[in-house]
Amino acid sequence: MNEKVAIKIDDLTVAYNYKPVLWDIDLTIPESVLMAIVGPNGAGKSTLIKAILGIIKPIAGSVSIYGKPYQKNRKLVAYVPQKGSVDWDFPTTAFDVVLMGTYGKLGWIKRPGQNEKKIALEAMEKVGMLAFKNRQISQLSGGQQQRVFLARALAQDASIYFMDEPFQGVDATTEIAIINILKELRRAGKTVIVVHHDLQTVPEYFDWVTFLNVKKIATGPVKDIFNDDNLTKTYGINYKVAVNK
Amino acid sequence: MNNPQLEIQIIAAIVAIACAIPGVFLVLRKMSLISDAISHAILPGIVIGFFITQDLNSPILILLAAFMGVITVVLVEFIQKTNLVKEDTAIGLVFPILFSIGVILIAKNANDVHLDVDAVLLGELAFAPFDRLLIDGTDWGPKSLWVMGIILIITIVLLLLFYKELKVSTFDTGLASALGFSPIIMHYGLMSVSSITVVGAFDAVGAILVVALIIAPAATAYLLTEDLKKMIWLSILFGVASAILGYWVAHFLDASISGSIATTLGFIFLIVYLIAPSKGLIAVLYRQKQQRIEASLITFLLHLNRHEEVRERHINHLQEHINWGIVRSKTVLDLAEKNNLIQIDNNIVALTEKGLLFTEKSLEYIISNKDEKIEPMKEDFFLFRG
Repeated sequence: MNEKVAIKIDDLTVAYNYKPVLWDIDLTIPESVLMAIVGPNGAGKSTLIKAILGIIKPIAGSVSIYGKPYQKNRKLVAYVPQKGSVDWDFPTTAFDVVLMGTYGKLGWIKRPGQNEKKIALEAMEKVGMLAFKNRQISQLSGGQQQRVFLARALAQDASIYFMDEPFQGVDATTEIAIINILKELRRAGKTVIVVHHDLQTVPEYFDWVTFLNVKKIATGPVKDIFNDDNLTKTYGINYKVAVNK
Repeated sequence: MNNPQLEIQIIAAIVAIACAIPGVFLVLRKMSLISDAISHAILPGIVIGFFITQDLNSPILILLAAFMGVITVVLVEFIQKTNLVKEDTAIGLVFPILFSIGVILIAKNANDVHLDVDAVLLGELAFAPFDRLLIDGTDWGPKSLWVMGIILIITIVLLLLFYKELKVSTFDTGLASALGFSPIIMHYGLMSVSSITVVGAFDAVGAILVVALIIAPAATAYLLTEDLKKMIWLSILFGVASAILGYWVAHFLDASISGSIATTLGFIFLIVYLIAPSKGLIAVLYRQKQQRIEASLITFLLHLNRHEEVRERHINHLQEHINWGIVRSKTVLDLAEKNNLIQIDNNIVALTEKGLLFTEKSLEYIISNKDEKIEPMKEDFFLFRG
């Protein structure tokens, strides 16, 4: 395992209205892992990603991406928000949404040109959505919308990918297609961090895992730490219900 | 057409364009009501600005009043963040109070000057050509034409520069923030432009028409297009068309110009709401009817698929077996035949090869809910278009 550090989080605390949702998180994520963040509802999984990306301001602690603050290295990072976080009736096409992935490298004011369009089309091809490029986004199925979001992240051409519940509301075919692309990214040396709900698929999909429930419970290789002990600490005594749901 | 008439129409058209552009983004951000709040809450800013400058078209007054507009947004968001009330209540709390402060200020101090509440609310386009820009005795045209012209140019330049940023922050705040396009800057930028537009326009067209010109064209365009650029162009088109049409309606009815323009805006929205190709009321009702028929069609095909025996498939028995009325049975039968899904021999109905394939695919789709099974069928059948 390459021991280069992709993300280092120190003493991160995030609060909504003074109620902590993440409490003193220390987390080091090595480069080139495919990591699941698991934990019960309200454990702060999405909040952790948003705090790393600077979307939510932490009240304490620091985050570094390859040794620098996020603001200095944001071009190395791609982000796939929850599908439900945007208005799919927005007047735009699938291609346009994927093209948004190239905006970060362009910076302020500059318009996407031929090169950006080419990147967007290639990303759409990778996720099998090229045929739908001119379709209005509200006319896509849930799985197709998720693929468009993934293509947008691929168009960002980053080193680290954050995905917030990419498998929510997608069919089995799409789930397999998405996880295959994520595995391919990791093989190419990228770091992929996924907020994940389905505990059963963790050993099959991921090689690294972080247990989170307001505090960090454990983090490390799936084969070493994905065990009853950590599951119980994270989910309480009823974790088996969570596994079998 | 004489010169003041032409000038009024040009002013109305420029105000319409200047309102339509921010309007598109306000409507897409589901914030259109904030324009109503701004249009009223700027009043104290206008009054105080007027005391200082003694000129309703002074840039200082416009900036001061626009600043009040931004303060309104800040106050609304502050109240909303307490989580004690929802956004609509917060808006309803803030702007009447600010507006009333303006009303009191006028009543106490400005009784003898050209500034009254009616003028602020309703405006009077007919008077716009009389307030002229005079420099060294030369007539440069109506002042409000200059004021709104400059505001429009600023709006267009900002739109061209920040189109990409506005689009991404409107569609996906989280991504915009992660990409480094601060959604807060975009938000307050849009609010500032909206406030300046409202302040610049209120003297000519009044606070109520400003709200109509911001919301109605964008809402109408939204029904017609699924492309942001086209939505902006259509909004501009509807705004300008209503402005000019409304002017002539007022001319022939001898009524208020602002009132006629606002009515025209509402009327155009109503027509588009009825006849818009995919989101319009008629189209929706038609689609629902087609979907009902197609659902019946699939039921019918499944029935044929499951029953080999001839008596179940006789044309006259279909009615009693599936228990449909004559009209419905006939419609379904016709639709199936038109699409070559069935053939009728001696009044016995049978699935064609295409019909068999169609039935199997539909069944698979219903069971698995997998979209790819029915992708090619979306063109022909409403049922699969969601």
